Amino acid sequence: MFAKQLTVFIENRTGRLAEVLGVLRENNVNILSLSLADTTEFGLLRLIVDNAAAGKEKLTEKGFSSLLSDVSIIKIPHKVGSLQELLKIIDKNGVNIEYMYGLSVKCDDAFIVLKASDGKKVDEILTANGVGTITCEELAQI
Amino acid sequence: MIWNEAKECMSRDQMTALQSARLVKLVDYMYHNVPFYRKKMQAVGLMPGDIRSIEDITKLPFTTKDDLRDNYPFGLFAVPNSQIVRIHASSGTTGKATVVGYTRRDLDIWAECVARCMTMAGVTKDDIIQIAYGYGLFTGGLGAHDGAQKIGATVVPMSTGNTKKLTTMMLDFGATAIACTPSYLLHISEVLAEEGVLDQVKLKRAICGAEPWTEKMHHEIETKLNIQAFDIYGLSEVMGPGVACDCEFHKGLHVCEDHFYPEVLDPATLMPVGDGETGELAFTTLTKEGLPLIRYRTKDLTSIDHSTCECGRTSARISRFKGRVDDMLIIRGVNVFPSQIEAALVEVDEVTPHYMMVVDRVNNLDTLEVQVELDQKYYTDEIRVIEALTKKIAHVIQQALGINAKVKIVEPQSLIRSQGKAVHVIDKRKLY
Repeated sequence: MFAKQLTVFIENRTGRLAEVLGVLRENNVNILSLSLADTTEFGLLRLIVDNAAAGKEKLTEKGFSSLLSDVSIIKIPHKVGSLQELLKIIDKNGVNIEYMYGLSVKCDDAFIVLKASDGKKVDEILTANGVGTITCEELAQI
Repeated sequence: MIWNEAKECMSRDQMTALQSARLVKLVDYMYHNVPFYRKKMQAVGLMPGDIRSIEDITKLPFTTKDDLRDNYPFGLFAVPNSQIVRIHASSGTTGKATVVGYTRRDLDIWAECVARCMTMAGVTKDDIIQIAYGYGLFTGGLGAHDGAQKIGATVVPMSTGNTKKLTTMMLDFGATAIACTPSYLLHISEVLAEEGVLDQVKLKRAICGAEPWTEKMHHEIETKLNIQAFDIYGLSEVMGPGVACDCEFHKGLHVCEDHFYPEVLDPATLMPVGDGETGELAFTTLTKEGLPLIRYRTKDLTSIDHSTCECGRTSARISRFKGRVDDMLIIRGVNVFPSQIEAALVEVDEVTPHYMMVVDRVNNLDTLEVQVELDQKYYTDEIRVIEALTKKIAHVIQQALGINAKVKIVEPQSLIRSQGKAVHVIDKRKLY
């Protein structure tokens, strides 16, 4: 199962990030997790939100370049070593990880947002190994 | 269709004879009516009788933009103000405005030339044409207006500055043609796309000019709007839009040669070069009364082709401009024309045709930054994709210019879309 990640291209200018967040706030789009990949010139703000399609639409209206892409949100036990166990499974199958970021919530589970060179294959690996994935909407309910 | 077959399709011999007769008359007229040019001729020991045919033109002194500025405002006019019926002026970014004056006959010839050009672009009396060049001192608006009116098209004098009104009227009136700068037309197409009304546009053709544009922009305009786009050329000193235009075969711009004699000059020797060779374009206005100019150096770089075109016209064709002599930047000792960057970016699908060059000097070293916008189709969530693209563009520019440029990808729609001439260079160096 894939989840929709919202990515926004942001130039490295003071206040630009706040403007993006302002658009999401005004439209009542809640952020569940995020990662900001930064370079000297620009950043890519990757967001897991409760309504990615609405977020993209509103950002586009305001002139931001945004993109929806498929990522896996993987549920793992909230305990030492579980992330490494997950990566072992993926590595064993020869899939490269493009990027990942995480969030932990107040329960027994933690969640990892992961994008791999071959997303479909990762999804199959996870299913075969009994590792659960969830959608943004499900995540929002937790 | 051809507006004036007798003039646009005459044999080369007939054309040379006509140009010769008109040049002889012009030189005599200038000598007796423009003291400034008389002095120029006297300085090189030239009398009107020394010019007997068009081949003798190389004996005549050049005219430059500085000559026009030095004689601001009316010093080069060949007639008293009682015969001047219209004044235009070009913006003086580097000093005083350049002022041009027209007699009633000049305006008639101007309309004739624009009518020829618009007919080349397929405009007929059945068209509804929006003129979206600025109306006023700029020659674009009124020049295109008079030509379209002469054809008998339904002219809508939009001018510039209100894109919303323009797009609304374009749809409501069912406009079939538009005349404006190519960058403004791209902006208009973006606005139409945003409004989601592109499929309701009845536009068939666009006559674009007043700024250089690339093959890629040409293609983008044609596909986005599903129209044919034509390149019209002119400059206020010579007349305004309508000096030349391309026909449906798009193999160079046909010059209205019976009125404007074109020369392409070697930038170093200033001697005419052969067909196909690049040089600076110069014009002699063979029939103008108000402000006639001999061998006016345009600073535009082009090449010329005297062969007969597939459309049947025999008039000389000038190529799409390859740069401007005075746009030339010297970066780390290398001559760079913005048009080269433009041409290089055509190779890169992932970016839009808009770009900005920022030149600076850091620690006594020139730096060049080229800013480009990512095309919407190529948005990504991966840094390495953008980094690879940055490298690719830098490589393309390196290949084209021979210098290293820092490429910066900027947010969409963040580069300036001008309604007049597009600005592509910011030079922050303080060299003088």
